[in-house]
Amino acid sequence: MKTRVVGDVSSLPDHAFGLKSLLWWGLLGFMVIEAMAFILAGGAYLYIRGQNPAWPFPPDAPPALTAGIVTTVLFVISEVVNRWLAKMAKTMNEQIVRLGVTLMIGIGFAIVVSRIFELASMNTRWDVNAYGSVTWLLLFLHTLHLLTDWVDTAVLGSWLYTHKIEPTQFTEVYDNCGYWSFVFWSWLPMWGLIYFAPRLM
Amino acid sequence: MKRAALLMALALGACSGMQTPLAPAADQAEQIRSIWDVMLWVTSFFYLLVIGFLAWAVWRRRRKETAPPRTQVHDQGLERTLAIWAGMIVAGLTLLISWSFLVDRSLASTQDDQALHITVTGAQWWWRVEYTDGTPDKQFETANEIHLPVGETARIKLMTSDVIHSFWVPNLSGKMDMIPGRENVIDITPRKIGVYRGQCAEFCGFQHAHMALTVVVESREDFNRWRNHQLTPAAPPASPKHALGKAVFKAKACSLCHEITGADAGGRTAPNLTHLASRRTIAAGTLPMNRGSLAGWISDPQAIKPGAKMPNVPMSAAESDALVTYLESLK
Amino acid sequence: MSRPPKKPTPGRKKPAARKPATAKATSAETDEAKTASAAIAKPVLEPAALEELKETWKDAPGLWGWLTTVDHKRIARRYIVTAFIFFLLAGLAAVAMRLQLSRPENDLISPARYNEIFTMHGTTMMFIFAVPILEAVAIYLVPLMVGARALAFPRLNAFSYFVYLAGALLLWVGFILNIGPDVGWFAYTPLSGPEYSPGHRTDVWAQMITFTEIAALSVAVNIACTILRMRAPGMTLSRMPLFVWVHLVVSIMTILALPAVMLASSLLMSDRLLGTHFYNAAEGGSHLLYQHLFWFFGHPEVYIIFLPGVAFVSMIVPTFARRPIVGYIPMVLSQAAIGFLSFGLWVHHMFATGLPRLGDSFYTAASMAIALPSGVQIFCWIATIWSGRPVFRTPLLWAVGFVITFVIGGLTGVMVASVPLDLQLHDTYFVVAHFHYVLIGGAVFPLFGAFAYWFPKFTGRMLSERLGAWQFWLFFIGFNVAFFPMHILGLLGMPRRVYTYPSGMGWEPYNQIATLGGVILFLSISLFIFNVFKSLSSGAKADDNPWDASTLEWSTPSPPPPYNFHHTPVVDSREPLWEHREDLPVMEGLATKKREVLVTSASEAHPDNRQSSPDPSIWPFISALAVSGVLIGTIFSEWAFVWGLIPLTFALSAWFWPKRPRAGKSGEPH
Repeated sequence: MKTRVVGDVSSLPDHAFGLKSLLWWGLLGFMVIEAMAFILAGGAYLYIRGQNPAWPFPPDAPPALTAGIVTTVLFVISEVVNRWLAKMAKTMNEQIVRLGVTLMIGIGFAIVVSRIFELASMNTRWDVNAYGSVTWLLLFLHTLHLLTDWVDTAVLGSWLYTHKIEPTQFTEVYDNCGYWSFVFWSWLPMWGLIYFAPRLM
Repeated sequence: MKRAALLMALALGACSGMQTPLAPAADQAEQIRSIWDVMLWVTSFFYLLVIGFLAWAVWRRRRKETAPPRTQVHDQGLERTLAIWAGMIVAGLTLLISWSFLVDRSLASTQDDQALHITVTGAQWWWRVEYTDGTPDKQFETANEIHLPVGETARIKLMTSDVIHSFWVPNLSGKMDMIPGRENVIDITPRKIGVYRGQCAEFCGFQHAHMALTVVVESREDFNRWRNHQLTPAAPPASPKHALGKAVFKAKACSLCHEITGADAGGRTAPNLTHLASRRTIAAGTLPMNRGSLAGWISDPQAIKPGAKMPNVPMSAAESDALVTYLESLK
Repeated sequence: MSRPPKKPTPGRKKPAARKPATAKATSAETDEAKTASAAIAKPVLEPAALEELKETWKDAPGLWGWLTTVDHKRIARRYIVTAFIFFLLAGLAAVAMRLQLSRPENDLISPARYNEIFTMHGTTMMFIFAVPILEAVAIYLVPLMVGARALAFPRLNAFSYFVYLAGALLLWVGFILNIGPDVGWFAYTPLSGPEYSPGHRTDVWAQMITFTEIAALSVAVNIACTILRMRAPGMTLSRMPLFVWVHLVVSIMTILALPAVMLASSLLMSDRLLGTHFYNAAEGGSHLLYQHLFWFFGHPEVYIIFLPGVAFVSMIVPTFARRPIVGYIPMVLSQAAIGFLSFGLWVHHMFATGLPRLGDSFYTAASMAIALPSGVQIFCWIATIWSGRPVFRTPLLWAVGFVITFVIGGLTGVMVASVPLDLQLHDTYFVVAHFHYVLIGGAVFPLFGAFAYWFPKFTGRMLSERLGAWQFWLFFIGFNVAFFPMHILGLLGMPRRVYTYPSGMGWEPYNQIATLGGVILFLSISLFIFNVFKSLSSGAKADDNPWDASTLEWSTPSPPPPYNFHHTPVVDSREPLWEHREDLPVMEGLATKKREVLVTSASEAHPDNRQSSPDPSIWPFISALAVSGVLIGTIFSEWAFVWGLIPLTFALSAWFWPKRPRAGKSGEPH
């Protein structure tokens, strides 16, 4: 078909952060999917709670609070560092970004360790009754996300240290920070349900 | 002769609609029938409008050749018509939603105190039926067949002993599921004397297709007669052959699953056989109740209902003959 | 390069109907037209740049090329072919069912085998045929319709096909090896739980869902991002083709609905394999939880299937009515309304479970309310034909057949939306009739119309009009003969999912008629396959725009080159090719030496930045193998999940590893 040229796009920038980046939108899409999974799992938790007279089922005790509190505190710290790293990624400073990603890997490791302690202090098993099953479901779902992002960050970090960083990699660091925020924010309602629903409901 | 008559009765019953919501014989089915009638009229009306408009559109300016496309279009008239059409749809839906809601509300309100209380428990692939009114000596159990007095409300509690089943007797009322961990309730107020067929309406495994039940609606007098008879223990063996049959029943371990009150057989995992011969069918509506069916069923249940929980139990011809004679006597 | 024949200039009539459209210029062409043709024949890029573009976007040859391609058109075609093959298999399953039910107390198929067959029929049609094939046509068309060179995430697209294929094979190989599922396509607990479904049958079903839902979710994200950020400059949201609008809505619906079935099936597998008690009433679990989770997905799912059918009709009707759609804005609002409302209806699948009746009434109202936007759309399509100058080629036949058929299904849907009436009709053949009328009427009729419409674009050949008309009429008649009697069967008391029925119920004649209809359908589809093969080898060659349609995909050659467009089209109306019949405005400047796409703003489509598009890669295939290993292994041992994550991590890392030199060398753009 005959065409006539009315413009030229070659002067447009060849990388973009956030809303202007395709990868950011893709990640957003996957985060919405996973958020739905969390919402539905939380809904299943509350539904099963509603079907039963007591919570947890006697004589189970609720999960021990300590390890969960440690995890949450570490998460808050990590999110502060994470948001700072996201800002730094936009400045495209190689040294700071490498340092920031290393910091996130370290904090992430601490959270993974704390999570292991949480798993050991649930005071119930997944195969004992529906309360145990649904409590472990929430923790398992979140742990899967935590591990995925931590490994993701570690792989990203290993790459950043062995290559010259182009603008597209800074955008990838920025996007990864977005995902970590999701892992943080999705933890808070899970923490509330796992540790406080058995005590308050 | 009796078998032929029975088969004819079954066939005739079918032809007159013994398992259809279109021949209501109870208040509940009657009210639902009214929704069906309204729905059919309203939806047919709208469908004819759509088809009429489509036919007009298709014939109006059809072409064999492709004309150049028009991009300048003025659709105010059509958009106004669209608004009218949307308004008609809203009106139609409002009518249907309201009618449905009102019928639903009226179905939900029934008095409980005077009702006849029955508990039906679904199992793979039969129905346990328990009449639970009164003191324990007035309560009894049967299987796959329910009798109801005409003109009185029966409140049926629905449970299951294994998977989800669904209790459905379309001539009398809509269906209700039987779900583990839940107790559902259905009310039936029959108005026409007759014999109606129901069928499990939730897929429940191999023999879902052969899980039917019979509901007999009769006069109060006939119902009382039936009920009092059901309260009696099983008929004692009337002859040596019957006695042999009863002995076979115990020796072949039938009594481990099947209960016969008064005959020292207490199994509860299979249908109660105390008054088996008073029922119209066996194997949950699969075969008519007669000697031939009994013999065939006992000798090879897996051939008739593959997957059924009743095993093939080997026995000699004499044993089978005696057993069938005994069971036939359990009226 | 050899040029396909040109489309006629405006005002010139197309060749007469009933012959396959030759699309060659008629002998009455004037010199002026010949000059215009010559102008059209001029390449739009300098030869050197064009060669670079072809080189940049080409695939490797042979099997390696097939495994590594990220070309959305190649991937879409393999999706379509694969899904259609499974459609045929599921259809054969239906033929088997109809033969078994043609006589009472028939013993052609045992109950165990019958239960597997109806499960395979429903499961395959819903998860392996319907959603994938409709998404696949979108994968092919969306980048072309929005003027983009590629999808947003080409490797993800490749990955999704392999994962989908693995899931489909898992199901059918399982069936052939006699460990296929037998609990129905929605597998209610406890029948599907560990106690009543021993062995691995139900695990095969549940894990197949994981595969197909990973694939479907990936495609949804891909399509949504492409539509939101890669539209041609000037293609504002209100200038998007209705097809694109539908797929934006459907992608969002998919993203919100599919997690529910993932959760439902994963919790089922967990109960079966890990001993959890989500669905075990004895330990505090709930069977209704399964039903809520499943139908929260299940209801939007049927609209995820129906709306793409709507999309096809919305493209076909205007083209053959020779005018834009009546009521573009009401159409868009209706589609969005259907998408939104569909999430509020799921409880109507559970009316017989004994939930509080007042709550049920809300779902009655919502389920009936969705008839309003559907009715609005029906009006708009018919009005477009009424006020246009319709030409009845095969695609329009299917669109008309769609209206006649789907509306019946929609109206029986209004019937079963009523709680009391549903309590009689639920789980009977009336519902079977209802959903086949909406699914086949609403999606399969438009799909065959879409095949007829876009086959020239996909393959460069025209399908035979005569065979197409025969196929349509056989299908239309066969479908109604097969499924209309089922309404009556339901009203006569025949339940669903029964492998046989007693004689004397009055059900035989209707069952026999239905079986006859099945045979006619079989003939129709055989004719379609014959038409396809015949046309592929000897059909008339198609030019760019054989139907003189208005949207951007028709500005490319048939079939389009891997890079879709030489330059980025610019759009200033809803019907770009009708507004600019002589010359399409374009923007140049995208790289030819590397794969590059244009990113534009979400609502106004202003050009914003350029982003690299990935080269072909083997890692999507390897990752799909790793995912398959994890998922299939998990059926047999939970440790497969843990160990399988290791190769999967490697594969995904390799996929995302940027192709760059090491630190110290100056980087070349990748």
